[in-house]
Amino acid sequence: MTMTSATVVEPRALLLAQNRWHPVEIAFWLATLLPFYFFPSYLSLASQIAIAALFALSLDLILGYAGIVSLGHAAYFGMGAYTVGLISKLGWGEPLSLLVVGALSAGLLGYVTSFIIAPFRHLTLIMITLGIGLLLLEAANSASWLTGGADGLQGVRIWPLLNTFEFDLWGYTAYSYSLIVLFVVFLVARRLIHSPFGLALRGIRENAVRMPAIGAPSRTHIRKIYTISAIMAGIAGALIVETTETVSLEALSFERSADVLVMLIVGGAGRLYGGIVGSIIYMVARDQFSGVNPQYWYFWIGLLLVAIVMFLPNGVLGGLQRLTAGWKSRKP
Amino acid sequence: MTAPVLATEGLDKSFGSLVVASGIALAVPQGARYALIGPNGAGKTTLINLLTGMLAPDAGTIRLGGQDITGLQPHERVKRGLVRTFQINTLFPHLSALEAVTLAVCERRGFSGTWWRALTAYRQDIDEAYDILVKMMLGADCHRQTRELAYGQQRLLEIALALATRPKVLLLDEPAAGVPREESAELFTAINNLSQDITVLFIEHDMELVFRLASRIIVMVGGSILLEGTPEEIAADPRVREVYLGGARHG
Repeated sequence: MTMTSATVVEPRALLLAQNRWHPVEIAFWLATLLPFYFFPSYLSLASQIAIAALFALSLDLILGYAGIVSLGHAAYFGMGAYTVGLISKLGWGEPLSLLVVGALSAGLLGYVTSFIIAPFRHLTLIMITLGIGLLLLEAANSASWLTGGADGLQGVRIWPLLNTFEFDLWGYTAYSYSLIVLFVVFLVARRLIHSPFGLALRGIRENAVRMPAIGAPSRTHIRKIYTISAIMAGIAGALIVETTETVSLEALSFERSADVLVMLIVGGAGRLYGGIVGSIIYMVARDQFSGVNPQYWYFWIGLLLVAIVMFLPNGVLGGLQRLTAGWKSRKP
Repeated sequence: MTAPVLATEGLDKSFGSLVVASGIALAVPQGARYALIGPNGAGKTTLINLLTGMLAPDAGTIRLGGQDITGLQPHERVKRGLVRTFQINTLFPHLSALEAVTLAVCERRGFSGTWWRALTAYRQDIDEAYDILVKMMLGADCHRQTRELAYGQQRLLEIALALATRPKVLLLDEPAAGVPREESAELFTAINNLSQDITVLFIEHDMELVFRLASRIIVMVGGSILLEGTPEEIAADPRVREVYLGGARHG
């Protein structure tokens, strides 16, 4: 049996260590500034990546942490996007307030739909979220008087950020803005996963049967994180409209729901940085592949996905973690 | 005579033509140690599922401390102090033992929905979780992931999770299931040391454990209670012998 006389470490020590910022994290965020100096012609792409990363982060909170699989997360992204687009068309184009309104509208939709999804898991959940996504897409498609239908929304005008910074062609403002919003939302998500609520979410993911047996109102937890996730997805949708001044049905499409899932799986779900790393890999790969042969680039994405799932079941970050763990254990 | 802390009346449950509980009447007094025994398929685990709300009864009532809880959700019953463990480990594989028990403490204290404060700010609650683990002889391994714990340790963690909810009535579903005889001593100690404030109803096949721990024994057969009595009465009853050895009349 184990020695009880050994000095007991403070039980919180390991939990505190998990909260602490790792040097790699700080290096990562500093590296997000590199495009400004080294790839100034790619700032628009960088902005798209930051927005995709934000969207993937929102999915990670429900999928990676609470085990809620969704194939219809574009519903909330599109809700945020169309809200911003429509209001700007009416003549109000102030980006920050629009961001808030976009977030709230997506959050409201998330809250309402959370009642539908909360009792279900696994395949049922995939089908329900897929259904909600398709419903919203077709609703937007048929309401062409409002949304512009397949042609997209015309006449979106966004004012300069803080009345000073124009959204320029090179994407300087767009990337700065998207990156700051991504970082702020990331800080919120990071705090959330290290909170008691974050622990409860992991409990739901790990064993949904046990949760009620320790007195946990799982459905309340699920509704809450689903709403928070929808708000974050709505912020991503709002950002894409503000930085590109276009909204189309693509924002609500099944492809967008599927893409974000692929990004998260490629990067590694349940790791906070998984969605961010995954969206960098995915978006850069798409940019490169579509340059080679534009019509077939999904072929390469398919190949990438199969390879990742087969050889790195926990995504790129999971693979890296295993690599460093093996390297550390070999060193005495 | 004080009112029983846990009582049922006329509890029925069937799946189609299969009757799994019929007319179950229980009255478990405060602080008692009740064992629930019977052959496989007698409906012991079904009874625990009914008591904890994981199954809804077709008829009958369940009372906890005199209050009717028949219509409550499982997690609401836990909040009122009726808590179970599982026969097959039902744990959180990728949470550390300390995280799992801390989670149960957070749920009990009602701040498991708090997302803007760090978990580590709740020092007292983490310490409480740690103390429970120490009592369950898991203190040294509290930072290991649940899936890495030895099987016997996982059985102890089952009980630790239940204790973190501060139960009034604890239902243990075969706490020693699958534990080798030489390791069951720790488990016996853990159960035997439970506070007398906690009323315990446990299912167990290990008769040595049953007779050492139980103050009273309930024998179930075919979804109903055959008899109830002190360990001495049960040991001496010829019907019990027949149920276990003969067993021809009941499947």
